[in-house]
Amino acid sequence: MPKLTVNGTEVEVPPGATVLQACEVAGVEIPRFCYHERLSIAGNCRMCLVEQEKAPKPIASCAMPAADNMVIKTDTPLVRKARKGVMEFLLINHPLDCPICDQGGECDLQDQAMAYGFDRSRYQENKRAVPDKDLGPLVKTSMNRCIHCTRCVRFATEVAGVEEMGAVFRGEHMEISTYVEKSLSSELSANIIDLCPVGALTSKPYAFVARPWELRKTESVDVMDAVGSSIRVDSRSGEVLRVLPRVNEAVNEEWISDKTRFAIDGLRRQRLDRPYVRGADGKLAPASWDEALAAVARKLSATIGSRVAAIAGDQADCEAMAALKDLMAALGSPNIDCRQDGARLDPSCAAGWRFNTGISGIDRCDALLLVGTNPRWEAPIVNARIRKRWLAGRLPVAAIGPQHDLAYKFEYLGAGPQTLADLVDGKLAFAQEMRDAKAPMIILGQGALARAPMARRSSRWRAAPPRRWASSGTAGTASTSSTRPPRASAASSSASCRGRAGATCRGSSMAARGGRSTSCGSRPPTRSTWRGSARPSSSTRATMETAARIAPT
Amino acid sequence: MLQDKDRIFTNLYGLQGPDLRNAMGRGDWDRTKDLIARGRDWIVAQVKDSGLRGRGGAGFPTGMKWSFMPKANPDGRPSYLVVNADESEPGTCKDREILRHDPHKLVEGCLLAGVGMGARAGYIYIRGEFYNEASSIQRAIDEAYEAGLVGRNACGSGYDFDLYLHRGAGAYICGEETALLESLEGRKGQPRLKPPFPAACGLYGCPTTINNVETIAVVPTILRRGASWFSGFGRPKNAGTKLFCISGHVNRPCNVEEEMSIPLRELIERHAGGVRGGWDNLLGIIPGGSSVPVLPRSICDTVLMDFDALREVRSGLGTAAVIVMDKSTDIVKAIARLSRFYMHESCGQCTPCREGTGWMWRVMTRMVEGRAELDEIDTLEDVTRQVEGHTICALGDAAAWPIQGLIRHFRPELEKRIKDYKQRAGRTALAAE
Repeated sequence: MPKLTVNGTEVEVPPGATVLQACEVAGVEIPRFCYHERLSIAGNCRMCLVEQEKAPKPIASCAMPAADNMVIKTDTPLVRKARKGVMEFLLINHPLDCPICDQGGECDLQDQAMAYGFDRSRYQENKRAVPDKDLGPLVKTSMNRCIHCTRCVRFATEVAGVEEMGAVFRGEHMEISTYVEKSLSSELSANIIDLCPVGALTSKPYAFVARPWELRKTESVDVMDAVGSSIRVDSRSGEVLRVLPRVNEAVNEEWISDKTRFAIDGLRRQRLDRPYVRGADGKLAPASWDEALAAVARKLSATIGSRVAAIAGDQADCEAMAALKDLMAALGSPNIDCRQDGARLDPSCAAGWRFNTGISGIDRCDALLLVGTNPRWEAPIVNARIRKRWLAGRLPVAAIGPQHDLAYKFEYLGAGPQTLADLVDGKLAFAQEMRDAKAPMIILGQGALARAPMARRSSRWRAAPPRRWASSGTAGTASTSSTRPPRASAASSSASCRGRAGATCRGSSMAARGGRSTSCGSRPPTRSTWRGSARPSSSTRATMETAARIAPT
Repeated sequence: MLQDKDRIFTNLYGLQGPDLRNAMGRGDWDRTKDLIARGRDWIVAQVKDSGLRGRGGAGFPTGMKWSFMPKANPDGRPSYLVVNADESEPGTCKDREILRHDPHKLVEGCLLAGVGMGARAGYIYIRGEFYNEASSIQRAIDEAYEAGLVGRNACGSGYDFDLYLHRGAGAYICGEETALLESLEGRKGQPRLKPPFPAACGLYGCPTTINNVETIAVVPTILRRGASWFSGFGRPKNAGTKLFCISGHVNRPCNVEEEMSIPLRELIERHAGGVRGGWDNLLGIIPGGSSVPVLPRSICDTVLMDFDALREVRSGLGTAAVIVMDKSTDIVKAIARLSRFYMHESCGQCTPCREGTGWMWRVMTRMVEGRAELDEIDTLEDVTRQVEGHTICALGDAAAWPIQGLIRHFRPELEKRIKDYKQRAGRTALAAE
């Protein structure tokens, strides 16, 4: 634990901490542009220069490891001069177009220029002009404003795992670009809007819409995928204008997917906002709520309860679905469902539909098997977390099911149930990895659940789950769920309505032996299939035994 | 004055062939096996005792640098030697001659330095423009491999040492040691943050020492002739012999090996035939390559050519590239040209250098004409101070120092130009009325 002195205060910081972090512990604010806690250290903005006793020149506090007996000073003429100098350099080629810049009011450069800068420039030459880049429909660029902090480059390379951004040319001609102009392909791309400390990267759909001080900020949880990212919804006069991430270490850290961020246009455009009733001519006609509900009541009272069925949509909330369930019960109908991809879920066992380890549990796993899932599309935040774990050190990853570019290396085992069977039988090398792992993790995707044989077995497994797979470490079995959580919540319980829940069955991934190879995802579910049987059949038991064979002892 | 018997680079002018047979005739590869057998610690101690300081510009004691390398590699990471042959400093052409005419001195030096620091392999990063030199050094490496002098069981000593040549793509910044490593690894040549220093985490994350060509090439001779022989030249802490590159307004521009601490005037008059038009025609001298501040004639009269003496007069030995300018020189334009060079070669990574070099060059171009205000001289100096010492690597300093030297010693010239320009402009304005 290095002990050092910051402005006369002695602080103790964990080993590996930087001087900047030590200053924060001491309660001293250090201005910075390029430094970001979740990205690698670049040390290129030079805004965080501080004075270290006995050092010949000021040091970049963001990059300097804190060491014992360092004496750091952050409020000396040397430091003030250095900050003012860097600020002046940053502003000489900055267009200072704050009145028309979307970052205005929430701009690091504005704030720090006020705090550490100088009120006029000595630069009399022409400013640099940089052509704007087209990064696709989400991120708007204004490259004149760029201060070359390279946060966006580091985010794309490290967190998103797509090496699409970089700096071309050198010296004052350096430009942040995608090398060959192209749209960003990452599903996390819009996070660079938040990362950009200036107005060089802004939101294209939100361009010139509002100023930050006009917005009402409401903390919320995202429902666009099963991750349940913490978000902040910014609205003005009842209209949602943008969605930003909130920090939540257990779930989304501080990233959100592009879908989460930009889905709000669905609140305004092409929205089904009134009922339609099919008339005698077979065509849907707009109707009032009274007319529509009267038509429903007429039909329902004329039909026997058992011949009525209800299907809830993906975006229905829990309260509405509970009301629907009560209504159907009152009508005497057992026919209710909410899944449109045929996923077989067992609502009676909580471990069957939860992401048991939590998303932060990914950080602790040491072997990972993906079954029937493409986390990069289904839950980009989970995928980023896996990548983070993968970057942190040795993590063998294998996938069964669809083969995609997941932004990290993985061993592709195969697509069918036979692959699972081979893994269970120890025919694949990856079985050894799972056996050796202290905290193996299986992520079971919607693609696996949508297979009929898989689902039948998984519900049967509930009776006697192969505990060795699931209880072997901190991670155990988890699942990404599908793209939309309410489906899972309705099938299981209202606890999942916040969208945290996935849909899975404990240990079920190993049980797809002999299943049909064709997907039945599009087949509408029937009551009999999703309920399944509660009694294990002889074939399932055999599968469990094979699973036990490769499980760690 | 250095006697012929004490010269290290006996084929500096290419009078003999650069090949292995000729090199052996000059004493290279003589009993190298015995030198290796005396061990790693002996080699480092000899280099330390010799007082050899890095010849690339910074002048860091070489033996001390080598001693920073780990003695053992418990984590299995190998150690590397990297030779900086990216000689791009304007005015400097000493490494070029070594690579052309005496490449075996470098190859042998790599092996011995490699043994000294426990390196498994050496990489020579050569400037992209040096095509012929790259061919020459590659031929020397190939000859050494064929003769069993490097590679597995080098010189029969039992030590394995591989040597590779890598050609750069023509960027001044890649002569900065960590930018060189980035470039060598295949990335954009941008300096790394220090710490960690290369001795802890360098090429491919392994312990690495980066040395200049000349530093490495003198090592075999030091080991053969003894540390005290080498430290007998020059003043204390500035020991040894040194290649000087004398260019500009002299009668015979040349590269010459001389004793350290030779007076600047003696160096020029003895080896370069004196300043064009006589010593009185001298305006100023840049003593160590384009990065160091210019010295006016008054200082040139007496200054000694070594690290400490030049530091005392607020300049530096740098690469010992002596650029002589006589009174026909437009000194402001000359420095403005250097400013443009640094603007062009700045890598753009960190703010002060990226923005400051362009600013300095633009003000300098106006200063050449005198199209500026008098107080802009102070502003310019202040900008150089804002760049200096605030950057990741030393390129910011190198861009700032020539301008600081100009303002320090030639401020009246700058002021005169501004006044003249104002007078001319005023006349034009009057005539127009």
